[in-house]
Amino acid sequence: MELDARIPEGPIEQKWTKHRFNMKLVNPANKRKYTVIVVGSGLAGGAAAASLAELGYNVKCFCYQDSPRRAHSIAAQGGINAAKNYQNDGDSTFRLFFDTVKGGDFRAREANVFRLAEVSGAIIDHCVAQGVPFAREYGGLLDNRSFGGAQVSRTFYARGQTGQQLLLGAYSSLSRQIALRNVKMFPRTEMLDLVVVDGRARGIVVRDMVTGAVSSHAGDAVILATGGYGNVFYLSTNAKGCNVSALWRAHKRGALFANPCFTQIHPTCIPVTGDHQSKLTLMSESLRNDGRIWVPANKGDKRSPDVIPEPERDYYLERRFPTFGNLVPRDVASRAAKAVCDEGRGVGKTGYGVYLDFRDSLARQGEDVIREKYGNLFHMYKKITAENPYRVPMRIYPAIHYAMGGLWVDYNLMSNVDGLFVAGEANFSDHGANRLGASALMQGLADGYFILPYTVSDYCARKGASKVAEDHAGFKGAEAEVRDRTSKLLAVKGERSPDSLHKELGKLLWEHCGMARNETGLRKCLAEIPRIRDEFAKNLRVTGADAELNQTLEKAGRVADFIDFAELLVKDALERKESCGCHLREESQTEEGEPLRDDKNHAHVAAWEWTGGLEPKLHKEPLKFEHVALVQRSYK
Amino acid sequence: MDFKLKVWRQRGAGDKGAFANYDAKDISPDTSFLEMLDIVNERLIAKGEEPFAFDHDCREGICGTCGCMVNGYAHGHQGGTTLCQFHMREFQDGETIWIEPFRAKAFPVIRDLVVDRGAFDKIVQAGGYISVRTGSAPDGNAVPVPKDDAERSMDAAACIGCGACVAACPNASAMLFTSGKIAQFARLPQGQPERIDRVRHMVAAMEQAGFGACTNHAECEAACPKELKLDCIAQMNRDLIKAALVK
Ligand SMILES: Cc1cc2nc3c(=O)[nH]c(=O)nc-3n(C[C@H](O)[C@H](O)[C@H](O)COP(=O)(O)OP(=O)(O)OC[C@H]3O[C@@H](n4cnc5c(N)ncnc54)[C@H](O)[C@@H]3O)c2cc1C
Ligand code: FES
Repeated sequence: MELDARIPEGPIEQKWTKHRFNMKLVNPANKRKYTVIVVGSGLAGGAAAASLAELGYNVKCFCYQDSPRRAHSIAAQGGINAAKNYQNDGDSTFRLFFDTVKGGDFRAREANVFRLAEVSGAIIDHCVAQGVPFAREYGGLLDNRSFGGAQVSRTFYARGQTGQQLLLGAYSSLSRQIALRNVKMFPRTEMLDLVVVDGRARGIVVRDMVTGAVSSHAGDAVILATGGYGNVFYLSTNAKGCNVSALWRAHKRGALFANPCFTQIHPTCIPVTGDHQSKLTLMSESLRNDGRIWVPANKGDKRSPDVIPEPERDYYLERRFPTFGNLVPRDVASRAAKAVCDEGRGVGKTGYGVYLDFRDSLARQGEDVIREKYGNLFHMYKKITAENPYRVPMRIYPAIHYAMGGLWVDYNLMSNVDGLFVAGEANFSDHGANRLGASALMQGLADGYFILPYTVSDYCARKGASKVAEDHAGFKGAEAEVRDRTSKLLAVKGERSPDSLHKELGKLLWEHCGMARNETGLRKCLAEIPRIRDEFAKNLRVTGADAELNQTLEKAGRVADFIDFAELLVKDALERKESCGCHLREESQTEEGEPLRDDKNHAHVAAWEWTGGLEPKLHKEPLKFEHVALVQRSYK
Repeated sequence: MDFKLKVWRQRGAGDKGAFANYDAKDISPDTSFLEMLDIVNERLIAKGEEPFAFDHDCREGICGTCGCMVNGYAHGHQGGTTLCQFHMREFQDGETIWIEPFRAKAFPVIRDLVVDRGAFDKIVQAGGYISVRTGSAPDGNAVPVPKDDAERSMDAAACIGCGACVAACPNASAMLFTSGKIAQFARLPQGQPERIDRVRHMVAAMEQAGFGACTNHAECEAACPKELKLDCIAQMNRDLIKAALVK
């Protein structure tokens, strides 16, 4: 299989403009003849569904929550980047592009990232027009804050609820299109298969989560915007329902899965307290603007933080990385936290935590200013831990947060399956081996508002409208497979709940394929996963029936896919023998213990092909860097 | 900690439903309310019994998916919090806890603690937006918005659409929910062109969905996990009067 990224010719700053000009157009009167299926109603899916409907396409949109407004984009706290240069601090499209390629440790495609930076400004304009109440300065203009991996202030925000406000903006546009009957919305509906007819993605098979009914939806193009797969680790900052199922089912129908091992670990989450824990809560990276990270300088120092004098504190990020200090990128901050805890200097009951201390900022700026910036985050921290961060430092520890990997897509955001587009966190594209803070919201909205409306239109124009019936053999066959899988899950009648098996899988991955990875651990994982799969097949217990709301059944289906997917993730991690971005291979480090990239052998996208359950086949898309020089990243 | 639970069980909309008794033993005070329900459910599955269904997703208090009545309070008695952010340390050891779905004519029960809040989406579809086509917006800084207006707009925009306001209201009114959206836009220059139509259409949709009227009990304000204020409702009522005068 030839992987063609379809990057347009010409200078990087003209590629997108020229490409748009070369696109074919659909006559406005004919757009209604095309049906576009959008799975997902988050920033990427919601924005795409609304924008395509505005253009006149007939859109069907699906989500598993009870309302499109609840997609997990809602949980994003800190902000969204855009190269507006409103601060006059030297920002530009080129600088955002540069920061993103470098932040991703040179494992993203230059042309895609440039386009992302190019459209970033229009996102802010659009969201402001939608009525998103962004933070303002006293003069009434938009305010900015700084995020990791950048030395300019380009992050726009709405208190600590940026994702919520952006998503509600997209949801409002989507609602308007639903009212106009341009979008038909299917909430509480889970996609369980992709249907490919004559080599073209022509629709999906879904299960109505209230009645259990399985049905098909056909269209001219399918967009997957189903979010990230971080929940494969069980504990993560993702919502409980986040899953890999839509992507995995598409993978099994031929879509290549790219860089699955690139999973981001966020440095500032509330530490794990016990076995009951069902998820981890993020404390936004924006807190690193005003909080200082430290641990006691001496091992085993169990004193309360307020009595530890200044010289006995180790502000290890400021010490090791004087230029970026507390604002180093996430991968660097996470590994540094793990390192001090492994040395025995971690804080809290478990010893797996570091302090994020606002003492100095509170003294300098006053409690009111800090409350205005981070009030809801402080409130949330207090609720969860019963500690008051205005008085004592927060305790934080890294946790799984984001998936840079995802289905492989070309410049048009189309996968290798004709007519299957993938957007938002679900695709692999723009963040390479590490995503910078506030760039996921930007990417999701760029994909949904400003890229897919063009590329999907071009695709439709080239193909022409043609109907495929929902009782076509392709659909009926896929429906039968879905029903069969469901009855198998119900038929095992063993002893273990899906959740207990998921926990077991998650622990295994976190231990051996988490913040640091080595060949022995990865091989151990590969040996263990089949045992978990076997246990799942023989000893699963799903109570209840199919034809009703059955949350245990939903969970079981997702866990089955996580188990299969985990194997691919670990294989990818094993294959990538270098350290890059979030992926630290212990075998590949410099003498000072810094991660060591291997551009000679690994400057590529690893795209995996499903081979019917045999060894997956690896395809490599080489990455060329013509505008950003390949250097060893340094934030010192 | 140990608790006795009385949980509402109802197979579907057609079923009458009743409370069932469960023990929740050995629960750490650091457990969240939903994690406590997880533990009880896991134990039910281990015994081969059907767990009870409850809605949840983000578990960070922002998606608005979770929510039930706990001892008669929407999202529990703590105030300013969602059920997923409510911890067992807020209860007495040995306490009996009554857990019921949000009840309102406009929120039919789907199963156990899960209700259908689709009526909220209908209200938003009726006018909870600013009509702006992708690609047509002026520069983000073209229209300055006084900081104070932006802040007050954000206060109203914080609504998570969980439905606690409806469940807490003796009339099952959706005034706080509806007025949150209206106030968010009314406080911004972008929201002005459609202001009158918006209030008219959203209020009509609210009434049509079967929500009750507001008789100033203020239970909604007390129950709101995001602490939306009654001034949103006041704003909506003022705009509604204006709308009546315009026509
Ligand atoms: C706690 C947290 C904080 C974050 N903070 C920031 C931040 O400050 N800045 C930033 O840039 N990024 C942030 N991120 C990352 C960012 O929020 C996400 O990457 C982004 O919002 C993902 O958007 P999406 O549209 O791709 O997916 P999502 O918003 O996750 O939407 C996925 C959609 O797909 C649907 N779906 C999934 N599976 C199925 C299925 N099988 N069938 C049917 N429907 C399905 C869901 O119902 C949902 O509608 C944060 C992430 C988290 C978890
Ligand atoms: S689960 Fe999202 S608000 Fe509680």
